[in-house]
Amino acid sequence: MTPSPATDRTPREYWRRNVRYVVVLLAVWFVVSYGAGILFAGSLDEIRIPGTGFPLGFWFAQQGSIYVFVILIFVYVVLMNRLDRGFGVDEVETHPASVARREARRSRPKGPAGGRTAGGSDGGDADPEATS
Amino acid sequence: MTVLAWTFTLVAASFALYIGIAIWSRAHSTHDFYVAGKGVHPVANGMATAADWMSAASFISMAGLISFLGYDGSVYLMGWTGGYVLLALLLAPYLRKYGAYTVPDFVGDRYYSQTARVVAVVCAIFVSFTYVAGQMRGVGIVFSRFLEVPVGLGVLIGMGIVFFYAVLGGMKGITYTQVAQYCVLIFAYTVPAIFLSLLITGNPIPQIGFGGADAETGTYLLDRLNGLHEELGFAPYTAGTKSTLDVFAITAALMVGTAGLPHVIIRFYTVPKVRDARVSAGWALVFIALLYTAAPAVAVFARTNLLSTVSGRPYAEMPEWFTKWETTGLIAFEDVNGDGRIQYVGPEATDGGGAPLQNELTIDRDIMVLANPEIARLPNWVVGLVAAGGLAAALSTAAGLLLVVSTAVSHDLLKRSFRSTITERGELLAARISAAVAVLVAGYLGIDPPGFVAEVVAFAFGLAASSFFPVLILGVFSKRLNREGAIAGMVSGITLTAAYIVYFKFVNPAANTAEHWWFGISPEGIGTVGMLVNFAVALAVSRLTPPPPDHIGELVEQMRIPRGAGEAHEIEA
Repeated sequence: MTPSPATDRTPREYWRRNVRYVVVLLAVWFVVSYGAGILFAGSLDEIRIPGTGFPLGFWFAQQGSIYVFVILIFVYVVLMNRLDRGFGVDEVETHPASVARREARRSRPKGPAGGRTAGGSDGGDADPEATS
Repeated sequence: MTVLAWTFTLVAASFALYIGIAIWSRAHSTHDFYVAGKGVHPVANGMATAADWMSAASFISMAGLISFLGYDGSVYLMGWTGGYVLLALLLAPYLRKYGAYTVPDFVGDRYYSQTARVVAVVCAIFVSFTYVAGQMRGVGIVFSRFLEVPVGLGVLIGMGIVFFYAVLGGMKGITYTQVAQYCVLIFAYTVPAIFLSLLITGNPIPQIGFGGADAETGTYLLDRLNGLHEELGFAPYTAGTKSTLDVFAITAALMVGTAGLPHVIIRFYTVPKVRDARVSAGWALVFIALLYTAAPAVAVFARTNLLSTVSGRPYAEMPEWFTKWETTGLIAFEDVNGDGRIQYVGPEATDGGGAPLQNELTIDRDIMVLANPEIARLPNWVVGLVAAGGLAAALSTAAGLLLVVSTAVSHDLLKRSFRSTITERGELLAARISAAVAVLVAGYLGIDPPGFVAEVVAFAFGLAASSFFPVLILGVFSKRLNREGAIAGMVSGITLTAAYIVYFKFVNPAANTAEHWWFGISPEGIGTVGMLVNFAVALAVSRLTPPPPDHIGELVEQMRIPRGAGEAHEIEA
């Protein structure tokens, strides 16, 4: 369906995927707040969350939508960190040790999957620079 | 210790903490002053953003509003949180990558136009000032009620504190003070919420408790509240009275307005990296959600407490808090039928025989959170804590807004528009002076608010939504949008929104009812229409005028890729 990331790692493809993530996540964002919390709140109110006094539409409007918002942002963070590494556009580390590691990683002929496995150490790499 | 002694102690301790932090984190350069040296950890930035964002309105007024509005209050809950999803997905990472100091900075560069920059500066200053006056007022109210000093003196003390850390520390001082203020305010909000939840439902987690059974009667609390509402002639608590389209429009205006508010956006410039900007928006929302999911629970507890302790009871038996708030004029009782009892009823109420009953009690909805611990007879220290929390919320937001005003003047107007030769030291001095002037103006507005300020604060979101948001989004997601489109979009969006609000609020307030509104959309929700107009005008005008120069296309491409962020400013740091 889409060109394999190993062959198409252009900024254009990176952007296209980013936009696709954004569209999907914003669709969920719309459904939980404007859909469940507003447009269909009246009919969802017929349903009770089992074991509580919450009518479902009211719960979505005052609780559920907010929880989903938080989850959406963190899902986007994870997806984008992975995408950044897959396309080699994540931020350059200025710390010498991390630069060496990055070079080693980039010379490996692998797609996003390779980036992901090596990515476990990325959070650690960031720290020296964050405090500089 | 008495309530007053506790309040003095806790407020003084929190102020000492803020001043200590301010001295520790003084700004040494404009880079520190504007964006805290871009060295703020994303979690700390998330906390600072949460404190920056949650104002006196969130802390003091929101739960009260919801408790009076019921389901209709959801517009604030969804509107003031959903905007962070837009920020994280559509704006924060790109604006961080671009690396500007301010929002007008970005607008001016992306649309290669001094006119666009100046339009953005004017919008930013207008939005921020209307907002900050409300914060100063909040400070005054807390002081006058809890510390028994006049409102004016309360505002002066608040001004002094903000002056100290905003002028001295700039963004750096403000950021670390806001982290402390977040901790104070969330503690002050959740402690009474947990107490109330335990008292009323037996469940320590308010978010779950308000869906649970009432400890007294065993029925679900929400059912009991709906029942009380029906008995007293109010609309059911869990169903709305506003039209669906209006609820939709208001929610959208608040969400989009949140994502377009300059003092929120500017916070994402302070983190080291693009990916920090994304995750920082997530942390900000986590910290905000802690309060925003507790607020509807507090609203339900407060409403139940109020109805069961006040309604139908003899006036002579009212507890101490009732008379104390009466002296401030925020509670007013008029015994219309002369029976000595308080009839607190809705428009549909009837007595036993079917004759209509008149409401005798007016309650200012701002006092619900502040009065709640007293209504529920919580310990004295909790009451003092709430005062300190309210002050933290008001001061942190005021400081963030004042910084936007001061950078708009010293950076966008002086450095970038009129005196590009100004030195680094001169610019830092100008930033401090304009922050000082902004504090004085804000204080004046707080002590002596012109009648329109309170009205306008609620509309700051609509104005931000209809002016900034489309131009910022299109600046990242469309390479084709040009100078002409952006200026035409901003001007048409904000003009339409402001005109609609001014017409219904000031020119012809009598016509401010659903049948006169366009499609039943209230002035609170008109920002959504203004935003759509802004989008449409910007795109249409861009198509009809020459495309932007080539270097803008490159600038946008660069902005979309995280790598390379922050390098532009490293020499200054």
